[in-house]
Order: sequence, then structure tokens, then C-alpha cells
Amino acid sequence: MGEDIQAYNGGGWIATKLEWLINWGRKRSPWPLPYGTACCGIEMMCALASGYDMARFGAERPSFSPRQADVLIEAGTITLKMVPILKRIYEQMAAPKWVIAMGACACSGGVFRTYSTLQGIDRVIPVDVYIPGCPPRPEALLQALGMLIKKIEKSHPILHKRYSDFLVGY
Amino acid sequence: MEDLRERVEKCLGPKGLVVAMTECRGDLSVEVPKARLLDVMHLLKDTPDLEFDFLSDVFGVDNLAFYEKQKPKKKPEGEETEVKKEKGPPPPRFEVIYLLLSLKRTERLQVKVRVAEDDMEVDSVTSIWKAATWPEREAFDMFGLRFKGHPNLKRLLMWDEFPAYPLRKDYPLEGRGEERHLVYGE
Repeated sequence: MGEDIQAYNGGGWIATKLEWLINWGRKRSPWPLPYGTACCGIEMMCALASGYDMARFGAERPSFSPRQADVLIEAGTITLKMVPILKRIYEQMAAPKWVIAMGACACSGGVFRTYSTLQGIDRVIPVDVYIPGCPPRPEALLQALGMLIKKIEKSHPILHKRYSDFLVGY
Repeated sequence: MEDLRERVEKCLGPKGLVVAMTECRGDLSVEVPKARLLDVMHLLKDTPDLEFDFLSDVFGVDNLAFYEKQKPKKKPEGEETEVKKEKGPPPPRFEVIYLLLSLKRTERLQVKVRVAEDDMEVDSVTSIWKAATWPEREAFDMFGLRFKGHPNLKRLLMWDEFPAYPLRKDYPLEGRGEERHLVYGE
């Protein structure tokens, strides 16, 4: 229990702020959608597996359906042919949703400054956390998840209706 | 057993199917006329002495840089008006190279066909080796070579509406912005 939540003895009820409660729920279960397209995907699998165990931080179940995912972990190179698919998958995710761009290719295109590679996924979808590295180690992904959790903590889901804007038209 | 070079020469030579033959570090390469490609391939596959029954790869080559180097240079501003005479007509721009392997004899052979820019049609070898379908599609995708008789000649790596042939030497590395409608458009 944090400082923002108070339990009253024996009363069976608590007093807190609604936004804090919503964030508390969201930050404890950022289910990832693993979108591994290159070697970063191997590091992501490693971070999800028992050695690093990303489930400790609430990324309990890699959600292979975008409908049930909260965090899109885009690990790897995105070719231009892949762009419409990436966009569609992002749009299929239910709000609230976040995106982690893992690795140099996802952040900026990496070494592939060519006709066939997207120069950073932030050209097509909004990105919350960038992880540099080629590929980054699993620890970096865990740190990124920690940063994302801090970001979720600071958000104001009711005051700033950022995510409800997304819902219009979908 | 004769040398591979002699056997290939003996098989193709009398029929006039050898344009040139070179050897580089133990790898034999034979250039054949484009119009007779299928005859050559059938012979190489079925002749008992050769038996090239496995097609490892098919790919294209763009010799544009080489071709331009051979062209007489435009007059620089000074007095160097002397223009080198060409020995003959410039070589065709593209090549298609077939890498053959004989599994029985563990021998390899390169077969080369030259393709001019104004006639990009080459006979498909898919009727002889099924393995040629994807590499020929890739060569079509990257160079615009048209393989006659291919069962499904469409782009393999780039998307269908892609308007250029990206491995040609005159295509810029970073593209010409063809992706704009994919990335930003709706």
C-alpha cells in the first residue's frame, strides 16, 4: 500500500484518488505484445523467459492477440512492406496502449539506411520508450519496462483524456 | 576422368553453345547464348558425364558501372579531346547467373547469360528445376528481368505496387520515397 491509499480499521472500505487507483491497476499488469521482427526479438524472448523473468514487473502474459495487450514491444527492423501490418496491429490494440521501441532499428532504422527499411517506427506510430542497442540486453528491456511503469504512474487518465481521444471512430 | 572444363567443352562446344569460358580459383564459368539457354540447361542436366541435377541459385548482375567505365568519357573542359576508340559494341548491361551443382559428382558450374537492357526476357528454367521459382522471382523483383514461362512471376520481396527495381545500379540506396503512400497515406 502506498502513501496515497488509506485503509480504515475494520470499516471494509478505503479512501484514495480515483486516478491513482486506475494507474495502480494499469502499472501492475502491462501485458506485452511481443512483436519481434529481428535479432532484438531473441533478446526479448530471453527477457520474458525464466532467467530475467519480466513477469516480476507485471508483464505476466505475453499477449499474442493485440486486443488483450497493453504494451507493444516492437523489437527489430521494420521493412516498409511491414508498415501497414504494424499500423493495423497498433490500431487493433485497445486503449490505453503504450509502445516500446526496442533496438536501433526500431528507434531509427539502425544500420539499414536503405530503400526498404522504415527509419524508426515513430514515423508511423507513437512511441513511449526507446531502447538503444544492437541488440539491447534483456536488462535494458527490463529498465525500459520500469520507465514505462513510472510513466503510467504519472499519467492522469481522467484529467487528461488522452486515451479517450483514440476511441473516437474506432 | 577428364577435367570438367574439357567435358563441358565437349558437350556444348560442337553445338556452338559456348560464348566464353573462364576459370577463377577452381570455379568454372561458362557463358552461353541467351536464345539457347534451355537447350544448354537440358544438356548439362541430362548428359551422363555432367549430370548437374541441382540448381543452387539464380541471380542477376547489373554491370552498369563497368559499362559506363568502358564508355568514352565526355570531353573534360581542357584540351584532352582525344577519345578512345571502342573495340566493339559495349557488352549488354545485365547478366543472369545460374549456379549448378552435381550431387553425384560434387562439381559446380556457373552458367552465365548476358541480357541487354532493351530485351529483358530470359527463358525460365523452372521447367527443368523447380528450385528456380523463387530466385527467378527475386531477380525479377530486384532487376526487372522477365523470365518467360515462369508460373508465377510477381514480386517476392518488395510490395506489389513498388514502382522500381532497387538493385539496379542507377537506383539510389535510400530509394526515391516510394514508401510515402504506405507510411503516411491512408
